[in-house]
Amino acid sequence: MSENNLMSPNSAPHSDVEDIKRRSNYLRGSLVETLKDPITGSIPEDDNRLMKHHGSYMQDDRDLRNERQKQKLEPAYQFMLRVRASGGVVTPQQWLMMDRISQKYGNGTIRLTTRQSFQLHGVLKWNLKNTIREVNESLLSTLAACGDVNRNVMCNPNPYESEIHSEVYDWATKLSAHLDPRSRAYYEIWLDEEKVVDSHDHDVEQEPIYGPVYLPRKFKIGMAIPPSNDVDVFSQDLGLIAIVEDGRLAGFNVSVGGGMGMTHGDPATYPQVGQVIGFCTPEQVIDLAEKTVTIQRDYGDRSVRKHARFKYTIDDRGIDWFIQELTARLGWELEPARPFHFESNGDRYGWVKGSNGKWHLTLFIQNGRIKDEEGYELMTGLREIAKVHTGDFRLTPNQNLVIGSVSSQKKKKITELVQQYGLTDGIHYSALRRNSMACVALPTCGLAMAESERYLPTLLGKIEPMLEEAGLREEEIVIRMTGCPNGCARPALAEIAFIGKAPGKYNMYLGGGFAGERLNKLYKENIGEAEILDSLKPIIFHYAKERRDGEHFGDFTIRAGYVKEVRSGQFFHA
Amino acid sequence: MLELQVTNSPFNQEQVELLNRLLPTLTDAQRIWLSGYIAAAAVTGSAVLGTPPIAAAVNAPAASPASTAPAAPKEVTVLYGSQTGNCGSLAKKVTKRLQDQGFEVKVSSMSDFKPNGLKKVENLLILVSTHGEGDPPDNAISFYEFLHSKRAPQLEGMPFSVLALGDTSYEFFCQTGKDFDKRLEELGGKRLVPRVDCDVDFDEPAAEWINSVASALAELTGAGAAAQAVPVTADTLLESTESEYSRTNPFQAEVLENINLNGRGSDRETRHLEISLEGSNLEYEPGDSLGIYPENHPRLVDELIEAMGWSGEESVPVNKNGDETTLREALLHHYEITVLTKPLLEKTAALISNGALNELLASGHDELRAYIEERDLLDLVQDYSLKGIPVREFVAILRKIPARLYSIASSLKASPDEVHVTVRTVRYENRGRERYGVCSVQLAERSESGSALPVYIQHNPNFKLPQNPDTPIIMIGPGTGVAPFRAFLSEREETGAEGKSWLFYGDQHFATDFLYQIEWQRWLKDGVLSRMDVAFSRDSDQKVYVQHRMLEKSRELYQWLQEGAVVYVCGDEKRMAHDVHSTLMTILQQEGGLSPEEAAEYMIRMQQEKRYQRDVY
Repeated sequence: MSENNLMSPNSAPHSDVEDIKRRSNYLRGSLVETLKDPITGSIPEDDNRLMKHHGSYMQDDRDLRNERQKQKLEPAYQFMLRVRASGGVVTPQQWLMMDRISQKYGNGTIRLTTRQSFQLHGVLKWNLKNTIREVNESLLSTLAACGDVNRNVMCNPNPYESEIHSEVYDWATKLSAHLDPRSRAYYEIWLDEEKVVDSHDHDVEQEPIYGPVYLPRKFKIGMAIPPSNDVDVFSQDLGLIAIVEDGRLAGFNVSVGGGMGMTHGDPATYPQVGQVIGFCTPEQVIDLAEKTVTIQRDYGDRSVRKHARFKYTIDDRGIDWFIQELTARLGWELEPARPFHFESNGDRYGWVKGSNGKWHLTLFIQNGRIKDEEGYELMTGLREIAKVHTGDFRLTPNQNLVIGSVSSQKKKKITELVQQYGLTDGIHYSALRRNSMACVALPTCGLAMAESERYLPTLLGKIEPMLEEAGLREEEIVIRMTGCPNGCARPALAEIAFIGKAPGKYNMYLGGGFAGERLNKLYKENIGEAEILDSLKPIIFHYAKERRDGEHFGDFTIRAGYVKEVRSGQFFHA
Repeated sequence: MLELQVTNSPFNQEQVELLNRLLPTLTDAQRIWLSGYIAAAAVTGSAVLGTPPIAAAVNAPAASPASTAPAAPKEVTVLYGSQTGNCGSLAKKVTKRLQDQGFEVKVSSMSDFKPNGLKKVENLLILVSTHGEGDPPDNAISFYEFLHSKRAPQLEGMPFSVLALGDTSYEFFCQTGKDFDKRLEELGGKRLVPRVDCDVDFDEPAAEWINSVASALAELTGAGAAAQAVPVTADTLLESTESEYSRTNPFQAEVLENINLNGRGSDRETRHLEISLEGSNLEYEPGDSLGIYPENHPRLVDELIEAMGWSGEESVPVNKNGDETTLREALLHHYEITVLTKPLLEKTAALISNGALNELLASGHDELRAYIEERDLLDLVQDYSLKGIPVREFVAILRKIPARLYSIASSLKASPDEVHVTVRTVRYENRGRERYGVCSVQLAERSESGSALPVYIQHNPNFKLPQNPDTPIIMIGPGTGVAPFRAFLSEREETGAEGKSWLFYGDQHFATDFLYQIEWQRWLKDGVLSRMDVAFSRDSDQKVYVQHRMLEKSRELYQWLQEGAVVYVCGDEKRMAHDVHSTLMTILQQEGGLSPEEAAEYMIRMQQEKRYQRDVY
């Protein structure tokens, strides 16, 4: 494809990042040199932009920023390294590798993410290469875990219908591999592969799908298996809903144009839920995904990054335009969407037996953080399990962990270890806490405006007594918090959500759908903890008193008039 | 020809030296003649060897200076060598005193003195400090080596005297002064007045030496009138021309800023202090040092008072002028209580009859050394139950608390009216008690901004930026050794100097111990600093230090040397400076193809040309 072709839909000047990518010679930039610069633990911003495509970006410990400035030290630069595994499935050996490198190179903790990836925090520049090498030696990768490419393909880790899960998971892996960047830059920089000479001449061979400037923005794919919508399929750029008929995978309903991110104070940006546009067979799904990606590649906004996600491409041009363009590129038409039903977007905890006779234990991991604490040696416990486990580990889209495919013989041993280390399926937590999710935020995330992971547990501790009092301890309510409006914890789909605005201040949202099918709506702006609690309390008691049978909290807040229902992101700010 | 030694010949030391001096100068013909002459003498039983003609011949002219009539003004040569500049200041004092008496005085640092002029020197005064383990200071090394080599001329009858500066807490107290004194005597010199060895509180003994030297020279030569000259006193000794404040009259300077430069999680603590000199008229140049008079740790003072069974309210003298203060105040601000010395132990033993202490003093040298090195006054008091010594007698044997010198980390041009220092906090545990570096812990714990410190400027002419702003400079300063280079670069930034600069820095960890990191980064970006190489010893399995980085860059480094770069080394002497020195030698051999001897000569030449300057401690 020619560059002119790339530019045609948008004549506005390209954003800086587009230039950086274009000049980068397929994601190389000056990374080799700047990684070696011994005077700073940082890399220049241009290289940091490219670095994302390699699965990492530079951060600093923001708790120390002012202090170090006074000490005449540069910020405590460090790198977040995201390790992806399609569908979040890894072997016990891979788990042990992550455990080891987090101790050796990271800050001694592992973060499970909302996209079923691992994050290591606190990796110093000097250790990046060894860390990435060890990740690759265990057959995992950081390539394309961030950046303007297709990200980790999510897949429901459904422990119940094992055969269907296995089949859908296979497609997730194939999709992921098909959409991987083809540039050898990653292998040259991190794995000492010999450099390809003069790669400029081979654009098409270099990146047959992405081209030399990659996508205008990140692109996300998730695959759900009803009745669980744990992957929040409507938050994905491309959502695939498995349709099971007569016990076999018939194909997928296709949802397009979802996405969470927005910018405070800019109503032209908004979260959006995807629209289901039809059905395809499993064999068609790779073709469908590739063509969808290329449409976004060619038509996405390359001048304004916060308007570059696929959702805006579709909303600006209309869903009919998209279907027409897609059909033209595919050369075939989608079938009409088939019926499906989602019950929730949360996880079901505890032991379950899959249809293949293997056991699966879903553990509650508060905000996905794996670490040892005084009196709760979660990290050690999981390490000991990994040493004896012969099945797999599955990272859930809610940042929890499934110890999967446990044979009946091993179940006893693993149960013992779970008890020995006091690992929990969350049964003694409130249902609210079990359905809670927070992004990383401070101190490592550069985007955070307020606390999230470090604060949500405290806030929950103050909401729980109200629920107790109202008799709602076992009522499942989805609550999410992020430190900024970019939406890593998918807050716009929660029944109760808090999005950080400033230290200690949050926007409060209500009314998301329990199964992740509906966006929530701003209820109060820029409020602190006292006002959060004061605002929530009457609603909780009102709900306890007047809810209908089976009525979820989000639905209730709309019916009771606390917030208006949001049918499309375009009305999110209305 | 084989060099004669006492061990490989039948001669004594004096004979060996004389022969070694003579024999290499002989032509073949002379040698043949001499061997025949001696052989013949031996055969004939002549007593020619009994009165060595060689020695007699050398002796004859040497007697002349004392006997010659005082017609022309008498010449005195004053040579000094010191790391910090104290001897230089004293040399100026003695010079002035002698000039007042009508002497023609030639004064220079030993490194500037041409050794072949030694033979012509009429009267020689040596002022020299001792460094580290009994070593000469940098600017004395080449003269020291010359004088102790066989090339040294005979100085028969030449009047000389030595003033030695040192510290009794070091094992080799005033060793370099002692060496010069002994060697000058060996070479035939005649001691004008006995050598004076000064402890850290040198003002009074130094003034006495100057006065007795002046009198002795006057008497010896009949030149001038000693009575007319104003005798030097300890107070006038170091008065400064620019400012009323000096080492003997420190300025009470306000602390403006006190920052720990080490990030969280570091094993180290390094204080950056910004101190106001406003109103003092004190001036300094990059490379100079700041003297700070510390106070002892109040806890240690209280423990000591308690251990001795005193109250602290006793009145005690603090100087020889009769000024008195309370014991607690005296121990806080006037006397040294953290360092033991052999003289202190001897004086203590004289005050109290203590068998064990006498035994320690009588014990082997190593045992005494080991005791002294690891203990302070409180240990001594506790170990030997010294309770009972009258307080005034006890105080009388203590040394005055000496000032601590810190390489200045700022440029007056960049920070007018301010002086910055970089001080690593010394804390360690010994014998069940936490020990503190007197000054560094005071600066870390009890010198918040707003507090005052008694300070003075110690000029150091041996550590100075090149006159020519285009001269390239190579700076090697790991740890707090980097301090003066912050001053250098601040100065060069202000003056717009164009010369290239290259800094080697190192410490334990990049993340927490990179002192002044953002300032180097800015200077690199702005081109004030051309290159920087760093070595962090605890960040990898291999312990890398600055010298490893120098070796890695040996080709470029040699290139810089060839271009006339000045090399500066600041910091730890024992290991770092030594390793850096041998690394420079290696680079000269490796890249310049020099032999080890040539490399050593190259280094000496660099030192003489002030292209190799060190501020090491």
